[in-house]
Amino acid sequence: MSKNDKQRDDSRPSVELSELTLLSQDSDIAGSPRTRDQTARVQTEAKSQGKLIRERFFRHKGALAGITLLVLVFVLAFSSIGFAGIPGWWDKEYDVLADRFNEGRPTLTLWPFSLGEHPFGQDVLGRDYFALTMRGTQTSLIIAFIVGLVAMVIGTTVGAIAGYFRGWTEAFLMRITDVVITIPTLVIAAAVAGIVAKAGIVPFALFLGVVTWTGLARLVRGEFLSLREKEFVESAKSVGASSTRIIFRHILPNTVGVIIVSTTLAISGAILLETALSYLGLGVSAPDTSLGKAINDNRSALTVRPWLFLWPGAFIIGIALAVNFIGDGLRDAFDPKQTRVKQ
Amino acid sequence: MSSSTAVISDEQTPVHSGPILEVSGLGVEFNVDNEWVMAAENVSYEIRPGEILAIVGESGSGKSMSSLALLGLLPRNGRCSGSAKMQGNELIGAPQSTLRKIRGNDIAMIFQEPMTALNPVLTVGEQIREAIEQHTELSPADAKKRAIELLLMVEIPEAERRYDSYPHQFSGGQRQRAMIAIALANDPMLLIADEPTTALDVTVQAEVLDLLRTLNKRLNSAILLITHDMGVVADLADHVVVMEKGRIVEAAPTAQLFASPTQDYTKQLLGAVPHLGSKVGGVLSDVEVVDGRLQIHEEYAEEARRAQADHTASGVEPALQLVDVDIEYPGRFRQPAFKAVSGVSITINPGEVMGLVGESGSGKSTIARAVTGLIRTSGGSISINGTDITTLSARKLKPLRKRFAIVFQDPAASLNPRLSIGDSIGEPLLLHEKLGREELDKRVAGLLEDVQLPVAFRNRYPHELSGGQRQRVGIARALSLRPDLLVADEPTSALDVSVQAAVLELLQELQRERGFACLFVSHDLAVVELLASHIAVLNKGRLVEQGSTEQILKYPRDPYTRRLLAAAPVPDPQEQSKRREQRSIILAAGATE
Repeated sequence: MSKNDKQRDDSRPSVELSELTLLSQDSDIAGSPRTRDQTARVQTEAKSQGKLIRERFFRHKGALAGITLLVLVFVLAFSSIGFAGIPGWWDKEYDVLADRFNEGRPTLTLWPFSLGEHPFGQDVLGRDYFALTMRGTQTSLIIAFIVGLVAMVIGTTVGAIAGYFRGWTEAFLMRITDVVITIPTLVIAAAVAGIVAKAGIVPFALFLGVVTWTGLARLVRGEFLSLREKEFVESAKSVGASSTRIIFRHILPNTVGVIIVSTTLAISGAILLETALSYLGLGVSAPDTSLGKAINDNRSALTVRPWLFLWPGAFIIGIALAVNFIGDGLRDAFDPKQTRVKQ
Repeated sequence: MSSSTAVISDEQTPVHSGPILEVSGLGVEFNVDNEWVMAAENVSYEIRPGEILAIVGESGSGKSMSSLALLGLLPRNGRCSGSAKMQGNELIGAPQSTLRKIRGNDIAMIFQEPMTALNPVLTVGEQIREAIEQHTELSPADAKKRAIELLLMVEIPEAERRYDSYPHQFSGGQRQRAMIAIALANDPMLLIADEPTTALDVTVQAEVLDLLRTLNKRLNSAILLITHDMGVVADLADHVVVMEKGRIVEAAPTAQLFASPTQDYTKQLLGAVPHLGSKVGGVLSDVEVVDGRLQIHEEYAEEARRAQADHTASGVEPALQLVDVDIEYPGRFRQPAFKAVSGVSITINPGEVMGLVGESGSGKSTIARAVTGLIRTSGGSISINGTDITTLSARKLKPLRKRFAIVFQDPAASLNPRLSIGDSIGEPLLLHEKLGREELDKRVAGLLEDVQLPVAFRNRYPHELSGGQRQRVGIARALSLRPDLLVADEPTSALDVSVQAAVLELLQELQRERGFACLFVSHDLAVVELLASHIAVLNKGRLVEQGSTEQILKYPRDPYTRRLLAAAPVPDPQEQSKRREQRSIILAAGATE
């Protein structure tokens, strides 16, 4: 019966096993007024939602690893070669041609550790591949996050409004969504991206976001359709909560899981889309570069000069993994049911 | 736990037939996070042919799991120990191939939810035939003949035509009958019925219980009845095994258990079950059958009519007044609109509790939602303290929402899983009184104390609470603005009996203390009797009768009310058998009326 006594301890969360509810705990409320008073004093402060979410996020080891990796990549990419005119600590430029040294092999050695002249080697034109990779990482990060953000905002707004208000609003918004889905991204890109991309990577990223929000909108609408029929929404309506409050306070937090998972997928997807467009000459154009473009430029070099392929590839995988881990952690952190945080 | 090993003796059965099933020392455990958690322990009982054994317990008592273990149907993370002998053959630890032959052949099972247990894309007949063909060598034509026989046996009208019907074309009661037909397909020696009537309305439940009783007598098979409903036990079972937290607390013949329970838990359980007719002193006591016709004493009827007229025109401004309310669910495309409620008029005076009773589909929840402004009416008026809310715009209605509140049926669904308990309770206060953080915290703490929950619960989330605790939170939220009218939509139907008793007591206490008027919606007449001073009975969207609790229960005027009252089982085997006779008389008399 020691199991029972443990359950009665008020300071622990009372775990109800979802399938086999072993213990009905109602009897212990009225039964022990004395312990009630004692425990009442222990933890009566109301905790804020944000604090709980932060606590849960930082207990998630995968998310911590992810965020560390992402921050490291960020710092490395932006501090090494500098950004927007601010010089970095790396003395070589990504667009300066030079003589190839030792056929452009990487000079990085781990034991004894030394960077050498060109740690990641040089490409066929003799450009420093470290600087090039860093530049590509910068571009890809900017594009990925802007696309993720834009797709999330548009997709969630459209999905939430369509799912909550139903009727003609929904019909109108979902038909627009369908139209955007039916036009292949590459066709729009062929028509518009070439022009937009010349204006710089930020407009290019905004454009990609504007064409990739559709999946998220559909998912969020689906979630809203089922959640708006739940009793807790009726309950909120019955106490006079406004539509805005119901959408933002009651329904949206319950869709956070879906939103975050598809946003992380959108971010990974954006890196690949940008790669495809760059390959067709519609995305980032030389001398500027991105991780996708770097891989594409050196597709044929895989057997002869594998480092031209491996370095940008490793960065893409690293970023995508880190983003997915963070997404995983965020989803768990927003879910109060997640009592067992992954160790 | 020495009492748990008590073996049930049975005088009625002939000596030559040994027990069909002998269970001894059965234990079930589940692996949860690499820890074995006990679900049932040292369960022992035996069943003889023609006997009905009921296993009774609240949720989590291990009653279902210990029975699933017999059939080798435990979830993947479960294991069982002990012994269960089916006519001398050991079931525990037997290979799946052996068990598969036993399942559906020697032991058959009836599930709780007939809609999900039947395959929606196959006709009912095919599903019965399939069960027959699985275990016999009958030709398809013979199997079909047998299936139709079975449908006739479970009293499905026009069995031959209905053989080709799909499950959705059957009513809930008919579906459960079809499930019973499938279970009986191969003349099983033992029928395990897991909450066979929980999903059904009382009138349908009474019919299904009657069917099980006659089948049991006719086929001489045994029934293992798993239920939480003491009324069903009293109606059907010969022997009762009471389980609590995985152990057998008490085992005795039904009459003995109800008359003189020996264990404290059994006494508590029996005490917690609301007993229909206990407050007014006898249900249908003033309805008499003379020469096959029903008669109500004229003076009662006259008195009741007068009392009702006085109540409606008492001069006090009613807390809630419904006048000729119609509610329609709009049709889509070619589907016509569905009229859920038509012409309902109800009056509740301040401080009064009105019970709104009806079976599923009667429109009682629809009325509850219309009263709280959640759905629009298509006709009539709903006045709360004299203000008609049906004509108000959403903005004008908002300040009025302080005056009424609703408690929902399912406490798990009516609390936002992402809001802490404190936030949920505080939301109405935040919306209407615009309180500061500190003041709000104080009020929330006070409300938690009012519903007898520890203040520390404010930081918990709904999933961390048990059903009863969640419903207390629901009540605290509803009462946070001190409403004049509380609408309770089946607030206890999702709870265990002992928890239900505690929640009802709390609700009564709060009602007495604060004196709010209450519209209490329920399908359970016994619960309504406990709480309400007046009762309104709904049938298919129409109000068939309303009056004081005593009048409705003792001398109902409407045949539907009588049927409803006669069908509700009471937790007392002797009274229940009397009521069964009364019911058949009333049904027969009702037919001639």
